[in-house]
Amino acid sequence: MPEQPSNGATLLALSGVSKSFGAVRALVDGQLELRAGEVHALVGENGAGKSTLVKILAGVHSPDGGVLTLDGEPSTFTGPADARGAGIAVIYQEPTLFPDLSVTENIFMGRQPLRGLRRIDAASMRRRTAELFARLGVHLDPDRPARGLSIADQQLVEIAKALSFDARVLVMDEPTAALSGVEVERLFAVVRSLRESGAAILFISHRFDEVFALCQRITVMRDGRWVSTDRVEDLDVGQVVRRMVGREISQLYPKQQTQAGDVALEVRDLTRQGVFENVSFTLRRGEIVALAGLVGAGRSEVVRAVFGVDRYDSGEILVDGVRLPRGKPAAAISAGVALVPEDRRQQGLVMELSIERNATLPRRWSLARLGLLGPRVEREDAFGWTQRLQVKAGALSDPVSTLSGGNQQKVVLAKWLSTSPKVLIVDEPTRGIDVGTKAEVHRLMSQLAADGVAVLMVSSELPEVLGMADRVLVMHEGRLVEEIARERADEESVMLAATGQSSGGAA
Amino acid sequence: MVRELGIGLALVLLVAVTTIYNPRFLNAQSRKDLMLGATILVVLAVGQAIVVITRNVDLSVGSVLGLSAFATGKLFLAMSETPIVLAVLAGVGLGLLCGIVNGALIAVARVPALVVTLGTLYVFRGVDYSWAAGQQINAADMPSGFKRMGTATLLGIPVLALFAIAVLVFAGYYLRNYRSGREMYAIGSDPEAARLSGIPVGWRVFTAMAISGALAGLAGVLHAARFGTLDAAAGNGIELQVVAAVVVGGVAIFGGSGSVYGAALGALLLSTIGSALPVLRIDPFWQQAVVGALILAAIGLDRALTARIADRLRGRRARGA
Repeated sequence: MPEQPSNGATLLALSGVSKSFGAVRALVDGQLELRAGEVHALVGENGAGKSTLVKILAGVHSPDGGVLTLDGEPSTFTGPADARGAGIAVIYQEPTLFPDLSVTENIFMGRQPLRGLRRIDAASMRRRTAELFARLGVHLDPDRPARGLSIADQQLVEIAKALSFDARVLVMDEPTAALSGVEVERLFAVVRSLRESGAAILFISHRFDEVFALCQRITVMRDGRWVSTDRVEDLDVGQVVRRMVGREISQLYPKQQTQAGDVALEVRDLTRQGVFENVSFTLRRGEIVALAGLVGAGRSEVVRAVFGVDRYDSGEILVDGVRLPRGKPAAAISAGVALVPEDRRQQGLVMELSIERNATLPRRWSLARLGLLGPRVEREDAFGWTQRLQVKAGALSDPVSTLSGGNQQKVVLAKWLSTSPKVLIVDEPTRGIDVGTKAEVHRLMSQLAADGVAVLMVSSELPEVLGMADRVLVMHEGRLVEEIARERADEESVMLAATGQSSGGAA
Repeated sequence: MVRELGIGLALVLLVAVTTIYNPRFLNAQSRKDLMLGATILVVLAVGQAIVVITRNVDLSVGSVLGLSAFATGKLFLAMSETPIVLAVLAGVGLGLLCGIVNGALIAVARVPALVVTLGTLYVFRGVDYSWAAGQQINAADMPSGFKRMGTATLLGIPVLALFAIAVLVFAGYYLRNYRSGREMYAIGSDPEAARLSGIPVGWRVFTAMAISGALAGLAGVLHAARFGTLDAAAGNGIELQVVAAVVVGGVAIFGGSGSVYGAALGALLLSTIGSALPVLRIDPFWQQAVVGALILAAIGLDRALTARIADRLRGRRARGA
């Protein structure tokens, strides 16, 4: 390995680290070496094991195998407090604030400055918060509750939290995803000053311009394994992407050419105060349309409103030209709309019920005879669908919770495909699924579109969006900011629109 | 603060209206009765508030109170010379033990507090009944010093009520000024985030349950001192009143916000309603309906306030952007 210019000592290292959750092997061979005075990038597709690795560094998960060394000594963290005690600060992808408590309390929770009798020194806590905000250039009232903060502000509070105890190792899991240009610059200035003071920083991001501007070395991960670690000077974006994906994108996304037919779904001026505003689009039969954007842009909320699970304040939704009543999922289902939700464990499946029962759940009435639903009917019906989707299961009477993530997702798909939908909405269809099953899900979606189903796909994975969609609709902070045709869509155009930096975006 | 003020206002209004209707409602004896009547509920409500703030609930407090009250009586029957301090410590210790059982079951078995304490509600009461075996302890069997504590006053305030005030002040100061106290709020606000910030969630919930148990034990001793006559049914059904007092007092049932002061005011309001309605010649049936309406109003207010704050904060941001 080449000598580092900063010549920093290794503060924290992982080697051969593995972690499984049930049958899912989230991390197979994690490797990482963080040096003092260095910003280290960790890149990889969603599901490559980055977040699991972060949680191991944070002491949230203990690894099944492998070694974690701190200052050259093998160590184990028994919990988050342990990792923090070792000087490791973690900023998670999703902010983890306490909505009922003040911003100040959020920053110092568990580490409040004390005065006599081990009492909390509220005045000094407040003063230090004000100092931290001044250093970050943030205008936030230290006494306001965290509830109601925008995602960007929440992220800034998290950063202030990490700064508040002079962390030696700072881990940032996509800290810039929700920040605007100015805020990103400010964050980078803070990161650079931390680096100069000798901290080791792990930076996870999907934005390559940031990675190349900020970091000294880049580690690439794929499918839970370490792929490579190189100095930034020795790499270019193309190489990094190829290592992340590990194959040509065209192979991975078997998109069939289809002819767009009649309008199946039309959404007009859909608005929900403070969540999304004036969202209008149409969806034709045989089309796959992707709804892209950053986490928190309001994509899931829009599709949930279309399906009638969430309320909306104004606007209308038409399926085949017929208006859908508000807030009635049953009406949406009978009009031929199906929603495969983002969180299959919470919203897509009844985890304790059997595979067959889950697969036939939306049609329990039509399958019933004289109002009674016999186990044989369920089984025979479910058998056909699970065969078609190649669900790998022991027995159909097993609880659906025993299946792997990918197979669970297939059961959710089976459940909705069996209703023969005209409009299929899939929210993050391949999140947390292994690569093989991913391709099967993609092939299935493509097949459905070819059969004349209108598919609306919400996805945070750019390669998936670019590989599958006929058109890409991009949302930014609750607004539909851009529509990009397949020919013009690339990482850059989608990412620019999603971060609000295209023509219509706000500064 | 706003919520505590609201409850305080409702309390003042209730006392004012009742006093106008019948001026004797506020004479010295009646004031003392009001305070005594609220004492036990306040002590229980403080413990319950701490538990509810962590997004849990303790339904077993009534049974713990019963057990501790009966144990106090038994202690004096066996050794009438027992110093009062020792009797109080014994009651608190027994309650603490019950709280530890609750806390341990929640932490080890990972069962929600609602289910665990619903179970121990029956278990503790069952132990109480089988121990008492139909026996009743009479006031005459109690040492006179202990009975005197039940009626004595200091500067016009009943001694028993001083216990409640001390408990309230200590608990309020602890929750406000100590790390572990603030962590209780953090846990109730978002348990998952609390875990990620390295807060020992299991241990803190265990502590909250233990505190609630110990306070229920103390309430049992106070019950024994006040009423003298004891059987195994003491405190039967009081747990729902306690939860009601806490909710009316502005402690969010899903944890994270509210204060023990609010809970204490809630308890004071509920017990005062109990005394005021007969004076106002209102059918006892309505008493329950009023308490129910208050709970619904408190929850409704809570929702409305949360929604308004969220709206205002969002609006401010939209204008600022």
